[in-house]
Amino acid sequence: MSSSAISEAVSGGASPIETDAVIIGAGPVGLFAVFELGLVDIKSHVVDILDKPGGQCAELYPEKPIYDIPGLPIVTGQELTERLMQQIAPFGAQFHLGERLDVLQRLADGRFRLKTDAGTEFLCKVVVIAAGGGSFTPKRPPLAGIEAYEGSSVLYSVRRMEAMKDKSILIVGGGDSALDWTLSLQPLAKRLTLLHRRDEFRAAPHSVEKMRKLVADGKIDLLIGQVGALHGSGDQLQAATIKTKDGEERRDVDVMLPFFGLTMKLGPVADWGLSLHENLIPVDTEKFETSEKGIFAVGDINSYPGKLKLILSGFHEAALMAQQAYKYIYPGKKLLFQYTTSSSSLQKKLGVS
Amino acid sequence: MLKITFIQPDGSEQVVETEPGVTLMESAKLNNVPGIDAECGGACACATCHVYVEDGWRDKTGKPSQMEEDMLDFAFDVRDSSRLSCQIKLTPELDGLVVRVPAKQF
Repeated sequence: MSSSAISEAVSGGASPIETDAVIIGAGPVGLFAVFELGLVDIKSHVVDILDKPGGQCAELYPEKPIYDIPGLPIVTGQELTERLMQQIAPFGAQFHLGERLDVLQRLADGRFRLKTDAGTEFLCKVVVIAAGGGSFTPKRPPLAGIEAYEGSSVLYSVRRMEAMKDKSILIVGGGDSALDWTLSLQPLAKRLTLLHRRDEFRAAPHSVEKMRKLVADGKIDLLIGQVGALHGSGDQLQAATIKTKDGEERRDVDVMLPFFGLTMKLGPVADWGLSLHENLIPVDTEKFETSEKGIFAVGDINSYPGKLKLILSGFHEAALMAQQAYKYIYPGKKLLFQYTTSSSSLQKKLGVS
Repeated sequence: MLKITFIQPDGSEQVVETEPGVTLMESAKLNNVPGIDAECGGACACATCHVYVEDGWRDKTGKPSQMEEDMLDFAFDVRDSSRLSCQIKLTPELDGLVVRVPAKQF
């Protein structure tokens, strides 16, 4: 089967992106993998579920100082992300943010076919799994029976605003997501209730002011408390029991939008047929290759004797992984080991000569 | 050494001994106390080390900082006695501290 025939067969029309390597995860180790692969002339595309690069560093620790990055006595999560983005800029990797890598399959010709939840498809020879702690997914409130309503009347994001028209909406949370959606959906909703456990909000002061005005004008209800239980039938939510200082009240609700932040879940990695051990991917310590030839795992997602979940470890793993990846992208070609300090060809690639 | 008591949702009690200077979360982890996840490793970034401080100890443990209050928004069944255990430093005044482990970390 010719490669173009394979391309058409797998993509059903729109051509998949053909590249050397796909890196799953744009955290610090995924980002540095772009650099190490780039030094040996391997082009990569990077996929991440967050809408920004940096992984845990950008999402959980942007302002927190990290003290154990070699060469940087103190660096915040956000600053480390920015420095890495700067370091990898010469290699022009393309990022596919806000997408989750769902499908990973090996094709008859040995290449890999990948597909994200947004329909983006890739064909490549090397896959680098730098998934860290897992995919960031919205936290699910531990309310009995909530799964039945997810996707229909309990939503963690709003894809279609028109579907919210004339609905009784309950938004739970105190940050920017909860407040932004409160302000956006109030004009459409039949009735909108914002529920937060305390009368202080983390959201931008400007948004909080606008919300307070809507409350003062009687256009939305603000309740201080927590959801106790959900009531409904099939996948349709009908009411929520809310506990406040004054006791319990049952409120009619068509749609609930809970904004409790993100948590990391292994997700689709579990479905790719790789050997897993306690939700981590075992690799060898010479190449950091998984049980599947051509698929590597670097950073917190991998495991091997002595493994430490440190960013610096992931950096080292990416360097060795690239050496082996080279053999798959340029079979038979000799890889000359060079130093960035002295090699004119490396410096040219980095744009510094 | 300080004595700390962790009470599980089923009422069972676990008394552990800890050196002062570690956080309540670290003490739980060192002593394999179930039900405290501490996914972020103590950075006040996840809210999965949530505990309830028993009456009588809340003056000594104090109130959450602003940063901790912000993270408590992400915990479940938050009560007036709620604290993130990674933010409670164990000092000699907390010898005998009693806390309850919630039914679930979020």
